[in-house]
Amino acid sequence: MKEKSLFWKEHFWHGLISCCGLFVIVLTLAIGAFLVYKGSGTFTTYGHSIFEFLFSSDWSPVDSSKGGGSVGAAIFIVGSVSTCGLALLIATPFSLAAAIFMSEISPKLGTRFFRPAVELFVGIPSVIYGWVGLTTLVPAIRDLFDLNVGYSVLAAGIVLAIMIFPTITSVVTDAIKSVPNDYRKAAYGLGATRWQVIYQIVMPAAKPGVFTGIIMGLARAFGEALAVAMVIGRMRAFPTSILSPTTNLTAAIASDMGGSMDGGEYNTALWTMALLLFLISLLFIFIIHRIVGKGGVEKNESK
Amino acid sequence: MKANEKAKRVDRVMTWIFVAVAGFFILLLIAFALLVIGRGIAGFEPYMLSFTRDGIGNQLFNTVYLVVLALLFSVPLGIATGVYLAEYAKPGKVTHFLSICIETLSSLPSIVVGLFGYLVFIVMVGAQWNLVSGALAVSILNLPLIATTTKDAMESMPKGYRMGSMGLGATHWQTIRRVLLPACMPRILTGIILAAGRVFGEAAALLYTAGMSTDINWSNWDITSPTCPLNPFRPGETLALHIWASRTEAIRPDAAQIANFSSAVLLILVFAFSIGARVLGRRMERKLAGGK
Repeated sequence: MKEKSLFWKEHFWHGLISCCGLFVIVLTLAIGAFLVYKGSGTFTTYGHSIFEFLFSSDWSPVDSSKGGGSVGAAIFIVGSVSTCGLALLIATPFSLAAAIFMSEISPKLGTRFFRPAVELFVGIPSVIYGWVGLTTLVPAIRDLFDLNVGYSVLAAGIVLAIMIFPTITSVVTDAIKSVPNDYRKAAYGLGATRWQVIYQIVMPAAKPGVFTGIIMGLARAFGEALAVAMVIGRMRAFPTSILSPTTNLTAAIASDMGGSMDGGEYNTALWTMALLLFLISLLFIFIIHRIVGKGGVEKNESK
Repeated sequence: MKANEKAKRVDRVMTWIFVAVAGFFILLLIAFALLVIGRGIAGFEPYMLSFTRDGIGNQLFNTVYLVVLALLFSVPLGIATGVYLAEYAKPGKVTHFLSICIETLSSLPSIVVGLFGYLVFIVMVGAQWNLVSGALAVSILNLPLIATTTKDAMESMPKGYRMGSMGLGATHWQTIRRVLLPACMPRILTGIILAAGRVFGEAAALLYTAGMSTDINWSNWDITSPTCPLNPFRPGETLALHIWASRTEAIRPDAAQIANFSSAVLLILVFAFSIGARVLGRRMERKLAGGK
């Protein structure tokens, strides 16, 4: 009798836990499916072309199920791309330098003090970054450049850069640490200076990890909604310089979704933006897999 | 020997650049934390802590309540998924696909998860904005973290644990339940605390699920009533959303002070959880290592 109940229990838990694993697959597919279902309405129900959505800047969808508006999201896309690009441009050199400092120049200070500090900052909620950006950075930019408003691509870029700096730094540090020590010893043995070792031996060897870190940072920047929405100004126009306000995909979804009619053209167009964000994050994962697969350097994050 | 000299000089210059950059960023991070906390304290008035419409007590309560609800969903599912991946899954297409799914979930923009939650838990159910749907949306976000931590912890267990247990005649499930999971607990717990810390600050996913209003009557303990604090089906604005709201709906004159103070509280909460997870993880690990 006891034997039998053990046997039964074994199968029960095996089944239950396998179901949980399957559920996660179903959940992910469901999210993808719902996004495709809601987002494709712009093209199927309302008959807009993908070309119009991606490249037209004429954005005036109708907030009803009649349709007939226009759904060119180019401004939002350009806003997203330019802010993330700027953020990456600012954050990457600093992150690489900080990562090199942590792993090559002063590993002791790095593991004791720098690393925990950086990891602490990965967890800071993005609204706090946004709020500080709004109350400190935006007025500072306004006064510094003598503008009417401080909301700008620059403000968004800086806020995002500070946000993704810890992400990139910790991934790149792991990558640099996983470069075998023999490489360094061999180079030093040949008389190379530390900078030569870093620049010519360590960094090329850590390249896949470095790119993975940068892409992870980019993914985080792309999906960030509220922090950017707070400082970008939400003005629907192409940015003329990095000091001009604009808007982006996530800010549009965050601010307009609540007020739009479910299933209307406006609502559907916003869903299409969400679908685009989803596809972009899939693309980032794909790129990371390609890089890691090619470089053959396995990341070891479990430690 | 000229090239040698030059290389040495470049080396020195680069070293200083790295030190300067690292120092600059540490200073920036410290300044950021001090700015947020300092401004919060500077604008602090006792009424801000009150559990009324003016204070942030209700929002703080909502935040904690939401974290608890979210963990109720994500912890069992996350641990089960981790156990499945580490113990039951056979290497193959399905397992590979599952790990890709987990990776996808972990890199989903939170606003997209928020929209999904809005569609499924609010529009399809036909409900009002409520805490449970917020908690469900957020648990989608921290599910991958808990699952990966569990899987990594289980896979790092010494082979001897499993062999010893099975050698004594325990079944696979008994081994998992009585030997492996308890041994992994410190690391899983650390992962859960880190996940909880993330929920505190989440705002984009809650925008259209938990809602932006809160109306609590602290003398009402009828759990079915929409003003009862413990009713999980009432709208509940969290601290992070409160900060966001003060940007968009700044109708009150003290909105900036409230947002400053909320930011400070939120930052301290997140830091406390993050440091707590670190200390706890280290202590439990030492205890286990000592007990061997």
